[in-house]
Amino acid sequence: MIISIASGKGGTGKTTIATNLAVSLDGNVQLLDCDVEEPNAHLFMRPDIEHRETVTTPVPEVDLERCDFCGACGELCQFSAITVIGKKVLTFPELCHSCKGCMMVCPQEAISEKDRELGILETGMSGSVEFVHGLLRIGEAMSPPLIERVKAQIKPGKVAIIDAPPGTSCPVIAALRGSDFTILVTEPTPFGLNDLKLAVGAVRILGIPFGLIINRSDVGDTRVSEYAAREGIPILMEIPDNRRIAEAYSRGVLMVEVMPEMKARFQNLYEKIKTSVSVSMDRALA
Amino acid sequence: MKELTVISGKGGTGKTSLVASFAALAESKVLADADVDAADLHLILEPQVRHEEDFKGGRIARIDPETCIQCGECVNWCQFNAITPSLEVDKISCEGCGVCVHFCPVKAIELSQHACGKWYISDTRFGPMVHASLNIAEESSGLLVSLVRNQAKVLAEDRGLGTIIVDGPPGIGCPVIASITGSHAVLIVTEPTLSGLHDLERVGRLAEHFNIPTLSCINKWDINEDMSDQIAHYCAENKIELVGRIPYDTVVTRAMVAGKSVVEFSNGAVSKKIKGVWEKVRGILNELS
Repeated sequence: MIISIASGKGGTGKTTIATNLAVSLDGNVQLLDCDVEEPNAHLFMRPDIEHRETVTTPVPEVDLERCDFCGACGELCQFSAITVIGKKVLTFPELCHSCKGCMMVCPQEAISEKDRELGILETGMSGSVEFVHGLLRIGEAMSPPLIERVKAQIKPGKVAIIDAPPGTSCPVIAALRGSDFTILVTEPTPFGLNDLKLAVGAVRILGIPFGLIINRSDVGDTRVSEYAAREGIPILMEIPDNRRIAEAYSRGVLMVEVMPEMKARFQNLYEKIKTSVSVSMDRALA
Repeated sequence: MKELTVISGKGGTGKTSLVASFAALAESKVLADADVDAADLHLILEPQVRHEEDFKGGRIARIDPETCIQCGECVNWCQFNAITPSLEVDKISCEGCGVCVHFCPVKAIELSQHACGKWYISDTRFGPMVHASLNIAEESSGLLVSLVRNQAKVLAEDRGLGTIIVDGPPGIGCPVIASITGSHAVLIVTEPTLSGLHDLERVGRLAEHFNIPTLSCINKWDINEDMSDQIAHYCAENKIELVGRIPYDTVVTRAMVAGKSVVEFSNGAVSKKIKGVWEKVRGILNELS
C-alpha cells in the first residue's frame, strides 16, 4: 500500500506525519522522501545510507564531424534546447526535457546521449524502516524525473510512505500519482485553508482517496473544519499546538520519542487508512 | 528600480506574512506574488483586479481520432509514457515535446496550447500588485513566474515606482529559479529548526549559484535560541547578511485570521522587529548597484 503525505501550504507538518507514522508501524515500512528540492525526513530518521547513486537524464551531444547543419533538430525541439546557426550547433542542456526528439530526427545520426545530473538518490535503513530520498542538484530546475526515480524504489508488499513536496504543480503530482491514499496535512489558518483547497483539487483530479490531518489544531480559526464538514472530507487526526513537539522538531527529534503516547495514535491513523482503502477498493471492484 | 525576492527553501517559515508587512511599510513599490501554485498574499492584500489575462503555458499533444490509424507507434516514441495503450494522451504526463506530432505517419497529432492559468494586475491598499493563479496540476509554473515578474517590472517602470517586492515559492526548483534569476537581492526567511537550517543551506547555495546578493532573517528565533545562533554562524561564514531575528508571537496568526498584515494589526514587539528588518533591507537595496 502506498500512502502519500501532501499539503499545498509548506510547513504544515508533512514530514512530521510521514516520519512519525513510519516509525510507529511495526516493520515492513518504506519511507520515501519525494521533496527532493528540500528533503528533511533524513534529519529525523538519521538513516545509515547504504547505497548512493547519481541520477541523470539524457541530453544531446552533437558530433560535428557528422552534422550537416540541416537544422531539423532545432525545428523539432519545443524547448529551445538545441539550435543550428550557420555552421554551429548550440545546445542548452538545462532546457532539455529529454524527449530524445533531436536524436530521433537527425538524418545524419549525429546526435548521441550525454548525461545531465539531476541529483542524488540515497537508500538505507533507519531501524526497521527502509529509507529512500532524492537530493536535487543545486541549480537543477526539473525535479519530477528525480521524484520518479525515488518512487521506483517502492517494493510491492510493503507499506510505502511518501513525503511529498509542498504546492500543487508538477512535482506534487509526480509524488502523489499511484498512491492508494493521500493524507493532506493542514493548519487552521486562512493560508492553510486556501492551499488545502488547492491540494484537495489536485488529489481529486488524480482520483486518490484522501483524508485530513489538522496540525496545530487549536491555533487560527474554525474555517478549515467547517470546510472539511461541508466537503465531506474525513478528519483523520488533530494535533494541538504543543511546545514540546515544536522543540523536538527544531532539534530533529521525532514526536513519538518525546511523546511515546502518540505512537498508538499513529497506529490508529494507519488502521483508519487501511479501512478506507479497502472500502474504496471494494467499491472499485463492485 | 530594485527588485527583492523573498524565498525560504523550507515552506511555512513566514514568507508571505513578512511580505505583507513589507507591503505596508515600503514606499513606491509594486508587489508580485510569484508563489503561483499556492498563492496566499492576496488573502491579506485583498487585490481589486483591474486587468486579467489567460496564461497560455505549455502545449500538449492532441490526437485526432478521425485521422489516427491506430498504428500505436507514438506510444513507443514518447519518453514520458504520456500516450496510453488505447491511444489517448495523458494530459498530466504530456510534456508537449512534439515527438509524436513529428513522427506520426498520418499527421493525426497536433500540439495545442491551452489556458493553464490566469494572471492579474490589481490595486491593493498598499499599491499595485501583479499575481496569478495556475490551474491545478498544471505545468509551466516557471513560465508563469517569469511573466508575473516581467509584468511587475513594466508596471514599476510605467508608474515610476522604485521597488518590486516578490513573494517567492518554497523549494529550490524551477519556480524558485524563475523567481530569483536577475533579482537584485534575495531575502531568505528561515526558522531555527534543523530543517530550517538545512533548507537555508540549499537555497542559499542556489542564490550563490546565480550570484545574487543574499540576506536572511530568522523568524520565531526564540523557539530554539541555540539553533538561531547556529544559523547566524552559518550566515556569517557564507556571506549571507543576517538582517534580523523576529520573535515567536501568536499575533502573526491572529493578524492573518483578521486579514491584516502584522504591522497593521499590532504595534507590539514583532511589528517593531519587522520594521527594523525592512529598514535594513531597504538600506541594503539602496546601496546595491
